[in-house]
Amino acid sequence: MSESTESSSDEGDSQRVLYKNRPEWQDITPLKQDDGDYPVVAIDYTLEFQDCFDYFRAIVHKKEYSERALELTQTAASYNAANFTVWQYRREILKALDKDLHEELKYIEKVILKQTKNYQVWHHRKVLVEWLKDPSKEKYFTEKALSKDAKNYHAWQHRQWVIKTFDLFDGELDYVEQLLKDDVKNNSAWNQRYFVVNNTTGFTEDVLSREIQFTLEKILELQDNESAWNYLRGLLLHDKTGLSRNKTVTEFCESLYKDGSRSPFLLALIVDMCSERAAEDGAGDGNNLYTVARAMELCNSLATNYDTIRAKYWEYTAETIEKQSKGEVVDEASSSTN
Amino acid sequence: METLLKLRPIQEIRKNLTPSDGTLTTEEQIRVERSILKKFEDIQAIVANKPDLPELQKEQHKQYLMDSLVYLSSRFECLDASRAWLCYWILHPLSLMGVRLENTYKSQIAQFLAKCQSPEGGFGGGPGQYPHLASTYAAVNALMILGTDEAFKIIDRRKLYEFFMTLKQPNGSFAMQVGGEIDIRGAYCALAVASLTNIMTNELVRNTAEWIISCQTYEGGFAGCPGMEAHGGYAFCGLAALVILNKGHLCDNKALLRWLTQKQMKLEGGFQGRTNKLVDSCYSFWQGGAFPLLYSLLANDGLKPQGHLFDERALQEYILICCQNPHGGLIDKPGKPSDTYHSCYAISGLSVAQHVLNQKRVLGTYRNELASTHPLYNIRPDMVRKALLYFHSNSVKSM
Repeated sequence: MSESTESSSDEGDSQRVLYKNRPEWQDITPLKQDDGDYPVVAIDYTLEFQDCFDYFRAIVHKKEYSERALELTQTAASYNAANFTVWQYRREILKALDKDLHEELKYIEKVILKQTKNYQVWHHRKVLVEWLKDPSKEKYFTEKALSKDAKNYHAWQHRQWVIKTFDLFDGELDYVEQLLKDDVKNNSAWNQRYFVVNNTTGFTEDVLSREIQFTLEKILELQDNESAWNYLRGLLLHDKTGLSRNKTVTEFCESLYKDGSRSPFLLALIVDMCSERAAEDGAGDGNNLYTVARAMELCNSLATNYDTIRAKYWEYTAETIEKQSKGEVVDEASSSTN
Repeated sequence: METLLKLRPIQEIRKNLTPSDGTLTTEEQIRVERSILKKFEDIQAIVANKPDLPELQKEQHKQYLMDSLVYLSSRFECLDASRAWLCYWILHPLSLMGVRLENTYKSQIAQFLAKCQSPEGGFGGGPGQYPHLASTYAAVNALMILGTDEAFKIIDRRKLYEFFMTLKQPNGSFAMQVGGEIDIRGAYCALAVASLTNIMTNELVRNTAEWIISCQTYEGGFAGCPGMEAHGGYAFCGLAALVILNKGHLCDNKALLRWLTQKQMKLEGGFQGRTNKLVDSCYSFWQGGAFPLLYSLLANDGLKPQGHLFDERALQEYILICCQNPHGGLIDKPGKPSDTYHSCYAISGLSVAQHVLNQKRVLGTYRNELASTHPLYNIRPDMVRKALLYFHSNSVKSM
């Protein structure tokens, strides 16, 4: 409630007159909720809530699209912003009355910033932007929401939609870099980085090496960061030679390993490099680093020492790699590329 | 095969404390780890004298859930559009704890859910509300749990199918309601309900598997829509929907398995929903429940696991030691209040952790054991069978 200063819709809460006592609503017969004879999960509504929704039901039933109905939906949404019927009906009214949608944008901005994890309010904003075909406020608006919670899923989803629909990719990588400077473990920011590259330049050879460089630097900054390691894997999906043949990456990994790093993310990546080779050419060609034997050893030390919570996964992975190297299973990925 | 599990040694748990690194993510993580380590230390101090611990406080949870089924205070007004969900969130954990409702009570719940059904087909969040895919899924699951002819007959399947078709998008995805948002929940909710009630058609599912696959991210999990971040709830929806479609082989199983196992927290034992986020007991099911689905896909590749591929003991520790409110109900993480959503999904996750491939692996005593849950629908397998039997012997065409 600390944000009441920026709330216009809730200001009148204490002095709100019940709809049944308002002269301009006298022509409407309130419609009670029909819970049947045996209500279950029955909510003990406050008088104000019940009054508002009794009139809301009456208006929906009558299909009245009017100024007073619009005001009523705002009250209803202030009581329960998760009521999707209220928002859907509000949009019907907005259309029918040909309302100024820029005003509506201002209103929904306030509502969203108070309820940032609600599907309905974000969707309402999206529809308004679609109707207006005006995305000019959206990047700034989502940045406002993300400054409160840099991992807010709804805010990111809205931002991605706007960027993609209206081609607003410019400057997005800079924004992502800023967020990663603020918190290099922000996985949403890493994901956004992938989204931008994937939808603009694509992972061409040049872009790939630039991105790998960027990621390796971030890993050196903080090794215990799953987001960066996952992004690195994501990049290697675009390396035509596979996971284990990018020299920059393999040299980086081997040097970390030699320097004594036993980060589970590092070991896990090396295991998968070994697994890739095992699937390709069985036990290995003898003079490569990524052998089945090394995978077995790493899986074992992950299971018993460095990543014990995932012991069963590492034991299973070891068995799988062994089976693959003996040709007992067909690895779909490698069989399609060979 | 039955095995009783004992607690992880506390010194092993302590080794997993995350060191400070100056990031906001880690600061929050350390705060949570401390509160959880405290819970683990507290129980270790008394477990020597009380070897039955930790205990699932079934009586308290039953009471909490039964009370919620009858009456909710005005604090719950924010869930007024989720009353069908409330029915499911309450009935399902009760059924996993073996509670049998009286027939008159079942009938009353069924009649209430009937009031939530829209004349246009599908169910709204409460009586008189517009129909929505999430509330439809919740209402249908709740009716399946009731499992009576009266409950089954409530569903107007012809209208339901028409409702689904109005939500179906040409690219294969589903909107959550007419004019509503489109995300992967829509595909799961529609397909789960359509498969249970036997109204699947080729037209209904055209392009849906391909659309779902486009939501699998470079991390291996699934996002709510293409381009977004991998997320536990959406990963379950994506995988379950693919399995219903018999198209599980289209996704990258290996990447999904890697991501899923990585989401189990090394100290807490519970799951996080996304990379570098905090543990939350609801992901015990959303992430934990994806494993059995994945096992069946791995078995198709000749790589059938022999048991769980996550640490089922650590997950049970998290739920039983950190997520029970002594006054009843389960919570997200220590310091949070009970709610029916977390009660449902923490208990569901506990059930998944206890049962794998006909083995029982129960932490504490066998009194903690729950019924198993069907990994596609998250209702008991016997209830799924009964529903399938009913709806397959009553096809829509013959109605």
